[in-house]
Amino acid sequence: MAAAPSATAVSTAALVAPIQAPTSAFLRRTQLTRHRLHSLKCRRAGPIVPAAAAAAAGSSSPSSAVFHGECFVVGDNIDTDQIIPAEHLTLVPSKPDEYRKLGSFAFAGLPSAAYPTPFVAPGEESSRYAVIVGGANFGCGSSREHAPVALGAAGARAVVAEGYARIFFRNSVATGEVYPLELTEAGACKECKTGDVVTVDLGNSVFINHTSGKEYKLKPIGDAGPVIEAGGIFAYARKTGMIASKAAA
Amino acid sequence: MASSISTAAKASAAFAHKKEFGEDAKVWDREKVVIIPDHYIFTSDERANRNVDILRDFCVEQNIKYFYDIKDLSNFKANPDYKGVCHIALAQEGHCRPGEVLLGTDSHTCNAGAFGQFATGIGNTDAGFVLGTGKALLKVPPTIRFVLDGEMPPYLLAKDLILQIIGEISVSGATYKSMEFVGSTVESLTMEERMTLCNMVIEAGGKNGVVPADETTFKYLEGKTSVDYEPVYSDAQARFFSDYRFDVSKLEPVVAKQENAKMSRSTRVYIGSCTGGKTEDFLAAAKVFLASGKKVKVPTFLVPATQKVWMDVYSLPVPGSGGKTCSQIFEEAGCDTPASPSCGACLGGPRDTYARMNEPLVCVSTTNRNFPGRMGHKEGQIYLASPYTAAASALTGYVTDPRDFLL
Repeated sequence: MAAAPSATAVSTAALVAPIQAPTSAFLRRTQLTRHRLHSLKCRRAGPIVPAAAAAAAGSSSPSSAVFHGECFVVGDNIDTDQIIPAEHLTLVPSKPDEYRKLGSFAFAGLPSAAYPTPFVAPGEESSRYAVIVGGANFGCGSSREHAPVALGAAGARAVVAEGYARIFFRNSVATGEVYPLELTEAGACKECKTGDVVTVDLGNSVFINHTSGKEYKLKPIGDAGPVIEAGGIFAYARKTGMIASKAAA
Repeated sequence: MASSISTAAKASAAFAHKKEFGEDAKVWDREKVVIIPDHYIFTSDERANRNVDILRDFCVEQNIKYFYDIKDLSNFKANPDYKGVCHIALAQEGHCRPGEVLLGTDSHTCNAGAFGQFATGIGNTDAGFVLGTGKALLKVPPTIRFVLDGEMPPYLLAKDLILQIIGEISVSGATYKSMEFVGSTVESLTMEERMTLCNMVIEAGGKNGVVPADETTFKYLEGKTSVDYEPVYSDAQARFFSDYRFDVSKLEPVVAKQENAKMSRSTRVYIGSCTGGKTEDFLAAAKVFLASGKKVKVPTFLVPATQKVWMDVYSLPVPGSGGKTCSQIFEEAGCDTPASPSCGACLGGPRDTYARMNEPLVCVSTTNRNFPGRMGHKEGQIYLASPYTAAASALTGYVTDPRDFLL
């Protein structure tokens, strides 16, 4: 039943010693307090190659969008309660005014001690940060689709992280709200600072931090790319004829 | 395949379906969709209340067979269809069956893996797609096998087992994997305990959890479902991504704490949710209060998962109590009156939610997550624990080992 890889690792955990309470450090979040207000005013990010143009080049061509702007840096295990606290889940994203409101609450759950610079400035409805840099297990926790939606509604275009929890990844693709890009190696979130000027180049699968001068390789977005470019699974399904277009329905 | 929609997402899923398939579109099978209001029910929050109305309109229009509606928020008992927490309602109403695929708009849908089915959580857009087409694209995950052997000590519950496991493999140790639970201990577990085990696989990043169906499963299902089912099992040649083995007789009660939290006084206790608000969870808590005979030292909130659980709390005799019910024992111990069944404060919710943490307090809880702000206040501290541990902690005002009362 299980599709298992060829190597089977076996680790035995037979407990013979009593566990010292407290145990099970459940939330491993090593946190970084780094942030730096950048004096450079960067334009709000947009793709340098519009996503639509990239897609028009051929629906099977690899994604070639490029995003440029300031980045917002978080650590490991950023959960969906921190991305969008539960009290805001009554907002229904398909209503435009509630969609915008959702964006204003993006990352409202981040503890202020660890993250003194808010993702969305007080009084604003959207964020100045186009790219989010994260660590391991980004988006863990609840299946709330409001998480990638809030990030997208706030204006973020891509998340660049060491790894993702699967429901968040899937929701990002299904909604087309943000590109969930994966770094090939760990460490970027410790080397980048909030406010650094960055470029995400999907065509070359590279993430560049212009402020630090460092470059990081990304895993290619692969099959998820065209789905996000199209605007999510429904748009993609219509574009590829999997479901009837709205006009014909 | 069945699809379950609980209120947390779900007005959105209904919108996604209509927006994408057209105003006149119908769900693919009106009998294979179960719609269960459970999050944000007992509140005066207008949007929350509106969302239940949206679900109702959708169900009426689509002629959905299973819609566990609630209209009178002031008295849950006045709503004959209302159930409560979706994952427990699905089990109690016979919607979980071996060999099937269940997708739900809530991450704890994996709870149903206890029935030997593939059950996993999805987002609203995915759900809208499933509602319209009856299909979903899923990659088959590799399986990590957990072999649990040995006699279950009298102070341990399935919650301790799964917390132990997550502590071993980490919060991302099962990402994109299936977690299969086998062994003599698992075979000895009741269905509710198996649900607790599978419920929290998501907290290790697991795609789904599974307990092979057996006589315990079949017995539980008798009288609950008339739909034929065909169990599936890992074959003898199945290879696993990795194996973990536990001698359960040597394990101890555990809690999950937030990083940097110091073991401390607890200012409240919460017993509820799909993870720890089932009938047996309350019986377990009652056992500790009975053994102690004393009163709780901190506010102790009890939120039964469903109407059925609530009724059990008020009617089932607690073994060794001379015929007392859980509710009587809870009252004698000075706990709060059992509340209206719902997801309650497990995830905070609107500000007026019963037992929501609106100040930076310390809560020992039988729920499933302790992220910052999970139960309301960003500086609140949450210790995840078994019902035994939660009850013991209520009696002392500290995070407490239940062996102090049970041995």
